[in-house]
Amino acid sequence: MSSASNWLSQVFSVTSFGIRTLPERKGSALTTAIGIAGVTVVFVGVMSIAVGLRSTLMSSGRDDVAFVTRRGADSEMTSILTRDDSRIVGDVAGIARNDKGPLLSSELFVIINLPKRSTGSDANVPLRGVEGPASEVRGNVKIVAGRQIEPGRTELIVGAGAAREFSGLEIGRKIRVGKNDWDIVGIFTAEGGVAESEIWTDAAVLQGAYQRGTSYQSVQARLVSADKFDAFKDALTANPQLTVDVVRQKDFFAKQSANVGLIATIGVFIAAMMSLGALFGAVNTMYSAVAARGREIATLRALGFGASPVIISVLVESLFVALLGGVIGAAAAFIAFDGMTTSTMNFQTFSQVAFAFRVTPWLLGLAIGIALLIGFIGGLFPALAAARAPIAISLRET
Amino acid sequence: MSSNGEVLVRIKEVDKVFRRGSEDINVLTGLNLEVAKGEFLALMGPSGSGKSTLLNLIGGLDRASRGVVEIGGERVDQMSDRDLAGWRARHIGFVFQFYNLLPVLNAERNVELPLLLTHLAKAERHKHVDTALNVVGLAHRTKAYPRTLSGGEQQRVGIARAIVTDPTILLCDEPTGDLDRKSGDEILSLLQALNRDQGKTIIMVTHDPHASHRASRTVYLNKGQLFAEAPE
Repeated sequence: MSSASNWLSQVFSVTSFGIRTLPERKGSALTTAIGIAGVTVVFVGVMSIAVGLRSTLMSSGRDDVAFVTRRGADSEMTSILTRDDSRIVGDVAGIARNDKGPLLSSELFVIINLPKRSTGSDANVPLRGVEGPASEVRGNVKIVAGRQIEPGRTELIVGAGAAREFSGLEIGRKIRVGKNDWDIVGIFTAEGGVAESEIWTDAAVLQGAYQRGTSYQSVQARLVSADKFDAFKDALTANPQLTVDVVRQKDFFAKQSANVGLIATIGVFIAAMMSLGALFGAVNTMYSAVAARGREIATLRALGFGASPVIISVLVESLFVALLGGVIGAAAAFIAFDGMTTSTMNFQTFSQVAFAFRVTPWLLGLAIGIALLIGFIGGLFPALAAARAPIAISLRET
Repeated sequence: MSSNGEVLVRIKEVDKVFRRGSEDINVLTGLNLEVAKGEFLALMGPSGSGKSTLLNLIGGLDRASRGVVEIGGERVDQMSDRDLAGWRARHIGFVFQFYNLLPVLNAERNVELPLLLTHLAKAERHKHVDTALNVVGLAHRTKAYPRTLSGGEQQRVGIARAIVTDPTILLCDEPTGDLDRKSGDEILSLLQALNRDQGKTIIMVTHDPHASHRASRTVYLNKGQLFAEAPE
């Protein structure tokens, strides 16, 4: 047997003794594992909000759709475009067409109040006036119940997220918007994107209901291909008749995901604070473990076992407890949060955006990694203490 | 006694000072001792006299503050911690007052522990374990866990663990201190047999004059000094 395999054999033996005596210390070990599980649950829970919201916003945009707003407007809310602006945009080369004409939708955007199912209190819901090709422009909108709106009628189709989060949005129901009652005629999905949080109607009807004349707030145009974007943008921004900003739809929604960073930061901060508590728990547990095994460790060292196998065995035990906590926490977080739907304020539109918490494998791996890091740091100092303890004194401990 | 006169343990002008707060406590002072190969030496003395400290110095579990500790011609006091661990594994068999068996291991696994530090294959290790358990009369309890063994049986397992690597020297710290008289006598008889029949050099710390009578020589420690006769 080589000295390396002899050393490995020592590590394996001492570690296995430690793990096998773990049931004798199950109280403190379980307390630590539960503490670490708590950190994992909170971390995964908060981060799954950020991941879910980012996923919703990022899945909403396409590279080959141009988003046109008034120059200097930082959102659709502060933008205004005329019918002439819309017509000029529609005349620019590079826009994809179908048999009815260019794939272009001039849209306006208003906020209405509806009661949330969860609280019963009113919250802002985006009501978007769209033109016929709006669904085809976006490419991911699908009517899943009922039918499409008919032009010129006070009809609404409701995004699946909005229907889920707000009450009174079932097909066949009427809701009062402005001075009119509007009929809900369909429910649509948009592959989980932001549009699912919106209610759509005919743009011309909405202009009339809100006395907007012939103005719009944005124009969305599907291009022949993504690489036509620069030429399309240059044609619009160079046109002296227009004062517009043109961005890819994907970039427009990416800008809206700025507040996701804040959520992620809050998640990391809370998890870091809780980690400190769990870390102290782990340190305490491992010091107790080392104390409980003091005579056993001293006996092994008296027999000739080296200090490094002792250090590794304590670390492995700490990592084992942390892994247990991490896996319990990750499983609990996955069961509790994955797919859970909610809505939050989109600060670009001051309206609610519905999204699902997403507990991804990457997030679970990261959370378990953090749990292991807590276990490693928590076990390190007790491990060094165990290796440095005077053998002669530890042998006499009872 | 099966001593052949060759000096195995040489302790020369050894001091051991412990520091407690700002106070230095001299446990051993200028101590000299020689133990011949094959000797069975009993170390007696009152509590706090330094018996166990001396045993720990010989066994490489502690370091002298000054002086020479030489075992089998090797300067134990000059070895690194790493070298000391290896040296202990090769040369020292420890027998503890409270047995110090690992509760999660059965008798044969406890006895096998020191062999995990050797280059022996599993089959060879088992052969050595069987032999050691036979020597201590516990061949029939190989699978028993410490909690199911009596004190005397646990100490026999402890002795089997101490002799399984055929060490140069056996260091016994109050080996009968936790046993009743009958079990204690059996353990002492076993140690005597190991000394007599296998030529094992044994140094035994004990409070018990009855136990010390089984040794071939007894020395007395008092206030850090060695005496050939019990001091008044």
